[in-house]
Formats: sequence, structure tokens, C-alpha cells
Amino acid sequence: MIDHLSLDVRKGEILGLVGASGGGKSVLMRTIIGLIPKRRGHIEVMGVDIDKSRDRDIHVAAMWGILFQQGALFSSLTALQNVQFPLRENLVLSESLMNEIAAAKLEMVGLTLEDGDKFPSELSGGMTKRVALARALALDPAIVFLDEPTSGLDPIAAGDFDDLIRTLHETLGLTVFMVTHDLASLNTVCDRVAALADGKIVAIGSMADLLRSDHPWVTAYFHGKRSLMLQPETS
Amino acid sequence: MTDVRELDTLGAWLLEKMSRRALEAGHPATVVGVADRYTGLIEDVRQINRRKPASRAVQNPILERLEAIGRSTFSAAEDVSVFLQMLGALGSAGLGVMRRPRSLRFKSLVYHLDEVGWQAIPIIALVTFLIGAIIAQQGIFHFRKFGAESFVVDLVGILVLREIGVLIVAIMVAGRSGSAYTAELGSMKMREEIDALSTMGLDPVEVLILPPRIIALVLALPILAFIGSMAALFGGGVVAWFYGGMSPAIYIARLHEAVSVTHFEVGMIKAPFMALVIGIVACSEGLRVKGSAESLGKQTTISVVKSIFLVIVLDGAFAVFFASIGM
Repeated sequence: MIDHLSLDVRKGEILGLVGASGGGKSVLMRTIIGLIPKRRGHIEVMGVDIDKSRDRDIHVAAMWGILFQQGALFSSLTALQNVQFPLRENLVLSESLMNEIAAAKLEMVGLTLEDGDKFPSELSGGMTKRVALARALALDPAIVFLDEPTSGLDPIAAGDFDDLIRTLHETLGLTVFMVTHDLASLNTVCDRVAALADGKIVAIGSMADLLRSDHPWVTAYFHGKRSLMLQPETS
Repeated sequence: MTDVRELDTLGAWLLEKMSRRALEAGHPATVVGVADRYTGLIEDVRQINRRKPASRAVQNPILERLEAIGRSTFSAAEDVSVFLQMLGALGSAGLGVMRRPRSLRFKSLVYHLDEVGWQAIPIIALVTFLIGAIIAQQGIFHFRKFGAESFVVDLVGILVLREIGVLIVAIMVAGRSGSAYTAELGSMKMREEIDALSTMGLDPVEVLILPPRIIALVLALPILAFIGSMAALFGGGVVAWFYGGMSPAIYIARLHEAVSVTHFEVGMIKAPFMALVIGIVACSEGLRVKGSAESLGKQTTISVVKSIFLVIVLDGAFAVFFASIGM
């Protein structure tokens, strides 16, 4: 599905990846984080070759945080315990310190301590994504992978989530790799956008660069009816 | 059509079908006087069902049957390799736990021990009690013809301790806990929880499968088999007393003569192996669940059927083994 693809994410940037449904965006992300085996090629995250690092390698686990599309919170643990989980597994910390750090992460993503006691089944869609983001950030990773962070959220919640990503990017110096369909978040949050079509990256650059691209799929994507809001001056 | 005030897609399609049929018969018909707001609908309907769906190639039924047999042969071979892979993964996770005993998830082990062991006791004791009682009743009923009622104690004692006790308990555990394991792991798989775990650098086998689930099962099944065997002997004794008129003291004395520790050992040795088989099948089927609810149901069914089958096969293999070493 993905063939001869080369993509660099620069340190400290927010890169958005767009592509047709079923075009391999999620496959690409899951390959990068090692959930899908690749036939050939080379993947390096923060200077570490993924194939050479061992499963339990704390460097990899602590280096990245992953936000799955449906959140993938552990359903048997409360929200707070979910955020604590990476801390508990990778570090030796006292229970109270772990509680405090997890609470801090929950506050960072805009949740209260009361929300921390809820189980994933009791959380709304937006809250689930926030808890999942807090868990992804638990170990202060250098890079976070977000799979459709704003899908399934109403425009207000999606806008808030965009702001949150932007703020955390600035305060924590995060590098963000984001798979998305949301034109608004591409426009407001991403520093660079990469377009995936036919298994290759067909265009990469700032939003303005992509709007100028003449690849047929990219033109269809960024100049369709729904993207009029991106170029108010031309319409 | 001037008087038509409401028209839905169904009506528009029937109209279109009628005019198409008329056209085929050589009398082109036109629909006139449709209200303006329905002209769009009429136009749309005119375009539908124009193209015949590509007909599916009709397979030769014999070839299809052969193909199905071939596929299931390959999937049986795959089943064996999945089983062996899980056994290997458990072995390596077990070594990991032995090297770092602190990494054993004690809390979830206790939780699962409670789930599969403690909470299963009432139903297992009840069922094995009834099985023991039924065996004794049948034994007394038929042995009475030969005046050999007292041998019912041998029947109950040997049958229960060697075979039935552990087998019934293992089958019940496969249905009760094996299915739960498959469904739990399967829904975790569906919700990407297992993916999330591996991206955190943790081995799902080490976190979810070996220490909590398989070890709990391997510890719980022998205990349950023991309780089940005792309940079955008790059930047999109760029936012997009330139906066969054999006093408890005589029943116990005859039981002492009829059974030896060997019979008990033969039964109990099998229990942990059966637990391992149930656990491996349940967990590997759980991890094979795909995204749909249907596949969760299917894998759970497969898990229960396969583990009961393997438990019985294993019991047979043990019977051959014990017979040949003279136990």
C-alpha cells in the first residue's frame, strides 16, 4: 500500500499528514510506531533505528507518545490510572508523586481531578481524547503521534483540542506528527503539511505551498467546496 | 399526474419502471404534469438501475468444496503454529518473570485467581456433586441385578478421582473462564488497547497473559479439580446412603479399600496441563479477534470448542501414558 515513501519530520514542528480514506495514512503511522511490519526500508525516530531497539526499550517508549483514534484507554483502569500507567511501568516512583504527576497531566489537558476517577466508559468522546493525550504525554515524550485527534468532535471541541495541541507544543517543545482530515486543524495548527496519495508523499510544505501544488489529488482536496474557508481572499 | 400531491422515491421508481416497460414494448410513455418540486426526483430515478451489477462468477460446487477443504487444512496447520507461538511467548515471558520476580503482577494475579478460582467453587461443587450422585445411582441400579451393589463405591471412587472429576472441572473452566479470557482480550484488541500497550514498550504477553491469566488458571484448576472430586465422592456417598442403603461409615471404609493415592495422583497431575491448554487456546484466540463484534463472538466460540476438544484429547493421551507406565 505504501511504496518508496520518504518523509522527514523536523524537530519541534507540527506535521500534518493528509490522504484519501483508505489511502494508507494510518498504515504509515502504525508502521512508524512498529505495529505493522514493513517489507523494506528504514525508520528512525529521534535518531534511534526502530528495528534495532528492543521491545522493552525504555528509550523508545519514553520518547514517543501515541494518541489512537478511539483513544485506546485501558477500560479496566480509571482515567487517572490510565495516565499513571506509563509512569508505573517505566519509572520507580512513590505512589503520591505518581498521583501528583498524573493529576498535573490531566490538568494540562484541561480536565479536573474529579474526571480522573471516571472509567473510560463514563467519559465523553472529547474527554476520552484528552485523557488519551494526557497518557501519551505522561513520560514527557519528545514526539507525539496523533491519529485523527479531532475526528468525532464538534467544531468547538475540535477547536479547543487544536488550541491544546498548539499550547502543549509551545510549552513542552513537542514534535507532533498528526494524521488528520480536519482542514481547520491543518490550517491553524500545522507548521507543515504532507499529502499522501498513491502510496507516496506527493506534496509537502506549508499550507500555502500545498495550495499552490498542482497534483490532481492535492488540488481536489484543498480546492473543494469544503476548503473555501482556507482562501477567503480568492473566493 | 397533476393531482399527485405527494411522491416518494418508491412511487417515482414504480412510475419509472412502468415507463421503461412501456418503452420496451415499443410504446414510449411520458410522464406529464408532475409538480415542479418532484422533477428533480423523477430525473434522478431515471438514471438508477441502468447498469446491471457485475454478476459473480459461478464456481464449480465440487471445486468450491475442495477449496474449502484445502483452506481448512491450512488453517489447522496455522492453528498448531499459533498454539506453539503462544507456548513459546509464554516460555520467554516466564523466563523474564523468573529473572525479575518483582515484575510479576501480583495484584492482577490475585484478582484473576478470585475470578477463575474462588468464584467458581459453588457451581463446580454443585455440578460435580450431581455427577457423582448420578454415577452412584446408575451404578447401584444396574449392579443390583448381579447383587454387586457394594462395588458401586469402586466405580464412583476410581472414575471420579482418575477421570471424571478433573475432566468435568476442566470442561467447566474452559466454558466459564476460557470464554471470559477470549472475550476480554478480544475486546481489548478491538479497542486498540493491546496496540497501545505495545507502543509503550510493554509485552502484552507479559502484562496481560502469562502472569495474571495463565498462572491464575494453572493454580486454580488443580484446586477446583480437588474440590470437584471431593464433591462428587460426597454426592456418590449421599446416594449410596439414601438410595442404596449403605451407611456413610461403610461407604468411607470401602472407599479406603477401593482407591489408592495413585488414582488421586493420576487425576491431579492432569489438572495443571489442562489449565495450560485452556489458557493458551483462550488467550491466543482472543488475540486473533479482528475489528468486528461478529469476530469476537466467533473467536469466543472457537476458543471454547477448541479448548474442550483439546482437554479431552489430552485426557486420552494421559490415559495411554499412565496405562503404559502402569499407574
